[in-house]
Amino acid sequence: MREIAQMFPQVVVDGLTLGFVYALVALGYTMIYGVLEFINFAHSEVFMFGAFAGTEVLLALKASGLMATFTPVGSLFVSLLAGTVLTGLLGVVMEKIAYRPLRSAPRLVPLISAIGVSFFLQDAVRLVEGLWHNAFYVSAPTLFAGGWSPSPTVRIPTKSMILILVCLGIMLGLSLFVGRTKLGKALRAVAQDQATSSLMGINVDRIISLTFLIGAGLGGAAGTLFSLQYTLIHPYVGFILGIKAFTAAVFGGIGSIPGAMVGGVLLGVFEAFASAFLGPLTHGAFGAEYKDVFAFIILILVLIFKPSGLLGQSATEKA
Amino acid sequence: MAVLELENVHAYYGMIHALKGVSLAVGEGEIVTLIGSNGAGKSTTLKAISGLVRPRDGRISLEGRPIGGLKAHEIAEKRVAHCPEGRKIFPRLSVRENLEMGAFVCRSTAEVKQSLEKVTELFPRLRERLGQKGGTLSGGEQQMLAIARALMMQPRILLLDEPSMGLAPVLVEQIFQIIQNLNRAGTTILLVEQNALQALQVAHRGYVIQTGNIVLADKAAHLRQNEMVRRVYLGES
Repeated sequence: MREIAQMFPQVVVDGLTLGFVYALVALGYTMIYGVLEFINFAHSEVFMFGAFAGTEVLLALKASGLMATFTPVGSLFVSLLAGTVLTGLLGVVMEKIAYRPLRSAPRLVPLISAIGVSFFLQDAVRLVEGLWHNAFYVSAPTLFAGGWSPSPTVRIPTKSMILILVCLGIMLGLSLFVGRTKLGKALRAVAQDQATSSLMGINVDRIISLTFLIGAGLGGAAGTLFSLQYTLIHPYVGFILGIKAFTAAVFGGIGSIPGAMVGGVLLGVFEAFASAFLGPLTHGAFGAEYKDVFAFIILILVLIFKPSGLLGQSATEKA
Repeated sequence: MAVLELENVHAYYGMIHALKGVSLAVGEGEIVTLIGSNGAGKSTTLKAISGLVRPRDGRISLEGRPIGGLKAHEIAEKRVAHCPEGRKIFPRLSVRENLEMGAFVCRSTAEVKQSLEKVTELFPRLRERLGQKGGTLSGGEQQMLAIARALMMQPRILLLDEPSMGLAPVLVEQIFQIIQNLNRAGTTILLVEQNALQALQVAHRGYVIQTGNIVLADKAAHLRQNEMVRRVYLGES
């Protein structure tokens, strides 16, 4: 028990770091679902693309020597901006090519299309990286070394603090945009009723493009932050992480923006707990490798007792 | 010149020929009503005007300029307000946000504020509920919100689809009173109704539509006296 008490703060730090990445990716699933009632299964590859876009920009900065002039914070800003914008644009193009033509098709069809987009992105990135670097595993340069130890058993790496701060900033910005601005309100209106929104003069297609721009952009930001935090990336890095983030979105209540944030952070913390404590608690019967099972058990329990997720709206609504 | 004019408009739902050459006109400051039974093509006519249904043939013009074939949001930009059947308010937006969406085509915030002031004066009940979610309103309040939302864009013409549907008789009276007041204040209205009795009382002119064809067009007072209208739509023997 003492061992657990000692590890506890560190596990919370690690869990929060991972949780914020989940949350950022979950936002992309939930926003697109909210507007189109469609799960963009290619979102995990959107995240992966963002990781590569951000990392390649950083590597270019490093190679050109600009990283020194930009300072770490400036380099972070540039790579994050590039990763977000490039990935956001990828999202817009993806919607135009792979989803828009299928909008009136049966529901399963765009889902299959999304799986196709997934494979395409994995292989496209693999091809480009392979030709370019002769390897498709890439290591992101370190921007922020060091950390802070408030006590001997806890160490908070600077990069984790920065990741969490950036995520909080992005979430705050997103909440303000969706809650307060005219476009944000139009986005919520389109999510509720497309035909009626068009009667208000809202260009529904443009709002859907905007949703993909933002949703994919968030995935890109998450990818960039992820590569800075965990360094090594490859074209398949999005797969499991994407499924986890999707789980987090469902856990929080799919379609709900605060739900995705809460669901992501909680899932990250649960997972860290499971990974650290399952072994000691079960005297080694279950090890850290059961952390995913643990995360999904929690998901299943939530869905049994509250099918709409933690913060999701219930399906019944006064017409 | 008529504010709104339809000439020989045809529209289809898939294979179903829903409008078979509808022609009608609404003049400045008029209330014109379109009456008919279920499935006659009343709502489809409004949808063809506002662009929710694409007319396949014929001409639709707003103040002489053709609008047929434009997309719904482009027609809304021209200040054609369509208050759809079943109210269709945004249940998870607040009353204020619903109204703001109604003014989406307005560019200046001052204009939006002014409209908001005006419609909440017209509907004091909404003013008390500005912060509430649309979905928490009662049926009558939702209908008022839907009309208020349509008024937010300061429309050239207001298309109302069955505003009395599903409301208690007292509220029906109230809604028709509101429609008449709006018109007196200068709003041009095309009113689709199953409640022919009430509709013909507030309207200046009326059209009767049957299976996609306009079969009668006259002053409302004359339609009230018409033998066929009395038998079929007013339920008199």
